[in-house]
Amino acid sequence: MNAPVQTAEAREIALAGMGASRLRKEDARFIQGKGNYVDDIKMPGMLHMDIVRAPVAHARIKKINKEAALAMPGVHAVLTADDLKPLKLHWMPTLAGDVAAVLADEKVHFQMQEVAIVIADDRYIAADAVEAVEVEYEELPVVIDPYDALKPDAPVLREDLAGKTSGAHGPRDHHNHIFTWEAGDKAAADSAFDNAAVKVSQHMYYPRVHPCPLETCGCVASFDPIKGDLTTYITSQAPHVVRTVVSMLSGIPESKVRIVSPDIGGGFGNKVGIYPGYVCAIVASIVLGRPVKWVEDRVENISTTAFARDYHMDGELAATPDGKIIGLRVNVVADHGAFDACADPTKFPAGLFHICSGSYDIPAAHCSVKGVYTNKAPGGVAYRCSFRVTEAVYLIERMVDVLAQKLGMDKAAIREKNFIKKEQFPYTSAFGFEYDSGDYHMALKKVLDAVDYPALRAEQAAKRADPNSPTLMGIGLVTFTEVVGAGPSKMCDILGVGMFDSCEIRIHPTGSAIARMGTITQGQGHQTTYAQIIATELGIPSEVIQVEEGDTSTAPYGLGTYGSRSTPVAGAAIAWPPARSTPRPARSLPTCWKSAKATSTGKWTASKSKAMTANTKPWPTLPGSPTTSPRPVWSRVWRRCTTMTRRTSPTPLASTCAWSTSTAPLAKPRCAASTRSTTAAPASTR
Amino acid sequence: MAKKLINVNVNGKPQEKAVEPRTLLIHFLREELNLTGAHIGCETSHCGACTVDIDGRSVKSCTHLAVQCDGSEVLTVEGLANKGVLHAVQEGFYQEHGLQCGFCTPGMLMRAYRFLQENPNPSEAEIRMGMSGNLCRCTGYQNIVKAVQYAAKKLQEQATATA
Repeated sequence: MNAPVQTAEAREIALAGMGASRLRKEDARFIQGKGNYVDDIKMPGMLHMDIVRAPVAHARIKKINKEAALAMPGVHAVLTADDLKPLKLHWMPTLAGDVAAVLADEKVHFQMQEVAIVIADDRYIAADAVEAVEVEYEELPVVIDPYDALKPDAPVLREDLAGKTSGAHGPRDHHNHIFTWEAGDKAAADSAFDNAAVKVSQHMYYPRVHPCPLETCGCVASFDPIKGDLTTYITSQAPHVVRTVVSMLSGIPESKVRIVSPDIGGGFGNKVGIYPGYVCAIVASIVLGRPVKWVEDRVENISTTAFARDYHMDGELAATPDGKIIGLRVNVVADHGAFDACADPTKFPAGLFHICSGSYDIPAAHCSVKGVYTNKAPGGVAYRCSFRVTEAVYLIERMVDVLAQKLGMDKAAIREKNFIKKEQFPYTSAFGFEYDSGDYHMALKKVLDAVDYPALRAEQAAKRADPNSPTLMGIGLVTFTEVVGAGPSKMCDILGVGMFDSCEIRIHPTGSAIARMGTITQGQGHQTTYAQIIATELGIPSEVIQVEEGDTSTAPYGLGTYGSRSTPVAGAAIAWPPARSTPRPARSLPTCWKSAKATSTGKWTASKSKAMTANTKPWPTLPGSPTTSPRPVWSRVWRRCTTMTRRTSPTPLASTCAWSTSTAPLAKPRCAASTRSTTAAPASTR
Repeated sequence: MAKKLINVNVNGKPQEKAVEPRTLLIHFLREELNLTGAHIGCETSHCGACTVDIDGRSVKSCTHLAVQCDGSEVLTVEGLANKGVLHAVQEGFYQEHGLQCGFCTPGMLMRAYRFLQENPNPSEAEIRMGMSGNLCRCTGYQNIVKAVQYAAKKLQEQATATA
């Protein structure tokens, strides 16, 4: 039997809260083939949708003949843009303030664009029918280079925007221009360059990549014509935002729209946006009154859904002869494809690219990002990092290397020389970011010591000096200031919805709890992470905390999981406020504690109660260990059976603020400095 | 389309079903038998999320016809655990954090299951080669290799114990 009392340390172990190494709570279903992904969902009467796609990147649609397809047994409907027009659903708003064609409306803007949809009894018949839809195209000149797109005589790609001299992010100065966005002080930066002894510049192209989650995108839309309710299971990283957009698009009150993100097979930014396939499946379900499933294949996923990067960057550094950087200028031409469908916070069409002064103390800086339309698939998402931060990091780190080469300085030495110093924190960058804390010099030293940097340099020199050496050796050194946790609301919104996130915790009479969150895991392990945060905050073992996300009918509204925001924002919603409104449960200890023990079969039996006096130490026993199943019966907790809904603060707190640079703001012990070297190999899913 | 009758033993259970000759095995398993553990990731044999075991060989079921399995024994991830006891490869992936989103996991497990019978005592390089037909977009593979190593050790211990 467990002892009635235990030390604070033993209690921490039993809680398996923040900082504890514990096994994941979600794995049992995944290792037994019992995950529930969107393509696993079957509904009675469900039909299947497939999409007719354009084989060319830029063309006028002369004619669509769907007769042959409609005549096939098992085919229920073939819809084109003309069919969606009366519903005003042939175009839809994007998260970036632009519009995108749901089905190509008279014109194709990129290869594989959606032209028509087919609804059939099963996916085989739907695929057959797609082949039977005849589309006649008149090909137009294709523009895939953003510099070509900006030439005066470039083809007009977006005829729907003809005559519009301003867009969602300000003036447009060319028919293929989307926006120009600037940050920093141009005059100050120009002045620094005017007076600089050393100047370097570099053009670099960060190519388009696709996030390519192993599960493609898809949905099952089910409209109930009797109740007027729409339920859609969808591979979405932001189900609540989808609900809002679906309601706006369809006219169905948001209270009658239920969006459910089931288990998601990876997202990496690819599953933030709202794709034509989702809209079409919903329309088809409303029109036919039956559930409609659409799951794209891999080629469709890579060809048409949101990409990342595609930044053409020109960087310049001004410095003193001894390597102190005094100015930074950046000009970016950003290829956004055919429609501006980034998912950045609305005020930031280039995301948080202006973190591009990195970990360095640069007194004057300016950046400009020009978004351009091309005949490529739309996108520009936060892939495995926050919005456009990877692009920014690549730019500044490459520029620092270029400067080091010009001056003949060591890569580590030039970084040490230019790092923001420990005593400068809190530090405000030339772009306006507030860096709350850090010790970059110490972090770099730790890395250099860990890899024995002088020995590596010696090995490199030896290999280069040896004409017979079969290999040469390169050493990469990179620091990464990642601005994460999109929020708070007053700084960041999407379509006017502030980028907060939410947590609702219900504590059951027996002391276990359920937490519902506004985010949605795609492999990050939220069910474990949040349970650990709650365990530490509320004193309930993480093993008995159930975490639910993704169902908009039960979860509180939140902006979702992308751009490295879930733990900093939704996690902070758990961690930050309980003490402010109610006594912190972890501090007002239960008077009575009934312990339980694990039997050798792994089943749990309750044993007799042990009385404890509140607020006296040592701590009450929490039975079990992190890898087993502690099941406390917390007799007083039921009195507090309560619902707490918490948003992260609209006031920037150091721990939740997007403008702070802590990599792990919640857990102090894990709050490593933001400096990472290429020798470290962090592997994580975002 | 005319259907063909096939007899397949899936996870120890005989199944007699009429299928279209063009029906892919993955669709037969997922939609006819409701065994949704194996996943469709690429439909081109690249990713291995659909891997199952047919007559003692790892097969990517997204490019295999159901009719090709007539008379065969098929094992899917749902058949790995024995009476509620996890197979060593399942335990390995759990203990070594060999998964994140879980989408590739059933294919990884089925490949690891067969690979460790082909090579019960593999080196790390052999594991990487043996598992190279299965892609994961989340983990970076390090923990998948550890998971297979864990399972190899466990299976060896089990073999020693029963010997």
